[in-house]
Amino acid sequence: MSLASDTLTTLWERLAEEVAAGRRFAGLFGTARPEGLMLSAQLADARGVIAADTILPATATSYPALTPLLGAAFWYEREIADMFGVIPQGHPRPEPLLLPQPPEGALRPRPGESGGPAAIEPDPRALPLHVVGPGLFTIPHGPVRSGVVESIEYLVETPGEDIPHLNMRVFYKHRGLDKRFEGMTAADGLLLAERVEGTATVAHALAYCHALERICGAEVPWTAALVRVLHGELERLACHLDVAVRLADAAGLAVATARFGWHKERVLRLVGHACGSRFGRGVVVPGGVGRLPLTGSGELLSEIGKLDKAVTADVAALMGTASFLDRLRRTGPLSPRRAREHGALGPVGKASGYSDDAREFRPYDAYPSLGLHQPAPRPAGDALDRLRVRWDEVAQSFHLLRQVADELAEAPDGPLRAECDAADGRATGWAEAPQGEVLYDVRLEDGLITRCHPRSASFHNLVLMHELFAGDILTDFPFIEASLGLSVAGVTR
Amino acid sequence: MWALRGLRDGVVTTRWPARPDPYAAAVRGPATVVAPADADDRLDRLCPTGAISSADATVRLDQGKCVQCGRCVAARPGVFGWTDGPAAAALSRGGLVVPEFAETPDRLAALRNGLKTKTSALRRSVHLRHVDAGSDGTEEWEILALFNPVYDAHRLGIFLTASPRHADILLVTGAGARGMTEPLRQTYDAMPDPKIVIAVGTDAVSGGLASPSYAVTGGIGAVVPVDVWLPGAPPTPFSILHALLLALGRLPAGAGEGARS
Repeated sequence: MSLASDTLTTLWERLAEEVAAGRRFAGLFGTARPEGLMLSAQLADARGVIAADTILPATATSYPALTPLLGAAFWYEREIADMFGVIPQGHPRPEPLLLPQPPEGALRPRPGESGGPAAIEPDPRALPLHVVGPGLFTIPHGPVRSGVVESIEYLVETPGEDIPHLNMRVFYKHRGLDKRFEGMTAADGLLLAERVEGTATVAHALAYCHALERICGAEVPWTAALVRVLHGELERLACHLDVAVRLADAAGLAVATARFGWHKERVLRLVGHACGSRFGRGVVVPGGVGRLPLTGSGELLSEIGKLDKAVTADVAALMGTASFLDRLRRTGPLSPRRAREHGALGPVGKASGYSDDAREFRPYDAYPSLGLHQPAPRPAGDALDRLRVRWDEVAQSFHLLRQVADELAEAPDGPLRAECDAADGRATGWAEAPQGEVLYDVRLEDGLITRCHPRSASFHNLVLMHELFAGDILTDFPFIEASLGLSVAGVTR
Repeated sequence: MWALRGLRDGVVTTRWPARPDPYAAAVRGPATVVAPADADDRLDRLCPTGAISSADATVRLDQGKCVQCGRCVAARPGVFGWTDGPAAAALSRGGLVVPEFAETPDRLAALRNGLKTKTSALRRSVHLRHVDAGSDGTEEWEILALFNPVYDAHRLGIFLTASPRHADILLVTGAGARGMTEPLRQTYDAMPDPKIVIAVGTDAVSGGLASPSYAVTGGIGAVVPVDVWLPGAPPTPFSILHALLLALGRLPAGAGEGARS
């Protein structure tokens, strides 16, 4: 699809038509190129995720915004404004997102262009305080909050109990990782990709490596594809159990918190035994995997069986605890219409009847050959259905893990990685993380990364938090936040 | 119903450090130098964060920069290897360099005594406050794991607190995101004396792979004074527990106290 010659407005209109016709808007990324700022809209369908590029003239200081036509671009365009200093004209709220600075004299990192400022001090005073009506006050919630959580600030505007409006400040833990990728070799970039969103290490490594493998046309060996699925699904178990811990903790169910915490620890130990890292680091490499699991296939099967039995029994107990379900039912609802419009990813979308699971629709590695047993999406869109979707996915993961362990027992000896050392090219890679689809848009020149834009599902989904408080009150807040199951590290990078 | 379910699997809690724990003994720490090697530029280039240096004719490895990628171990297994067990933390930044620079016994004793003066008032009940200054999210999981039934830090009198006013120990994770500089400093200032700061993870110690960047300070030592340096990407729950007990001077002999300064 060549759209570069179109004017921007007609391009945006065509994008909106494509999305209305069923393709999914998966992101809008900016890259500083010698000829000007390149905007890449990522569109997903059954064929893959394809970037539609257009280049703004180097002198342009603004461009017509996409957000009025396609609401899902809301945060993407604010990020582009922060990074490049171009203004999306007509954006409903063109405020800083990741890098608040006063507009005059602001420094811009400009990813894609070598060099850049050595240090940028964010200035929160560049962000307005929104209070929308009389009798309302703001409860600043963060960035240092109770418990051991990542740094983010929620500004809750409330007359006392209801939450008519919520504002988010996500910039606090911005690490500038897009610029860090630049100039790295593909091998070093992998280490950084694993640390963009550490709780989804494997999925990020997969999406990154899939991009590299598309550039050089590498075919991952079957055994390596199985090992990738093994670690991807173990990661899903750990993340979903973490959500259960947080929800049970929010409801004050001490025993349930302890039980699910123990199960999560068992999963992390299983991962650690299999590869040496409790988060699956070092498993995925471009072209395949680093090594076979250190745990034998029989031991894997037995441990997976034990875990499945223990988790399933506790899930049945949790989903029969009325005082717990009451806190989740009709809490934080996301309507199926909004989920579809936004292209809500992962369990958040699936709980609102919208599923675009990459493992099913754009399958990779060993997924095309495995029985996926994709559960039907659930329709209610509340925190309860989001939890139910996670339990559906947990059962699905156990099903996949058994198949993988069986297959690995009979897998042929042979190389675990295909040759993959591309020097030049650009591609988008994807993988289904526990939080939803992860995208990597990677460009290599002379064997070094000149641009790498990681887009986590957390970034795409968190913006929906603005809309989840229909009729909910302050005490619902921890349930709604936990039910999304997102990682701030993946949002701010 | 839940009460009975809680009894179902008996006691799953470790007795470490009072008793040895096989998992604690086996957890992987940062890379280390297993055999002395002569200076060699090619060794230096193995490390993506520049932790290996042969500036003074001996190959040294700064574990505070080690992101546990394992490249040096894979490339030169005769020179580099993994540390096993939870004893990863040190009381000074320089103490993370292996093989150690000769640290004078006086200085080591001074560090220990300084910390002891601070911690003697805390006795056997301490409260932790955590601040994320730009982590990748894994360190939070591992700190939180201390309060699951397997590690159960409550048994050692270690508790989490929401208010910095009630906190004795500040656990800081992350590479030192500039956006968190002011919140971190305010949290530190709000804590009553005596207070202890532990840099949790390689990112907090040196910035790790996130540094250098326009958005991070390259470790949290640039913002608050650090008492205990704990490398790891991320450090395991056992090594976080070890760092806490090291700070409190409560490690029994044989629990991997080591001779680190």
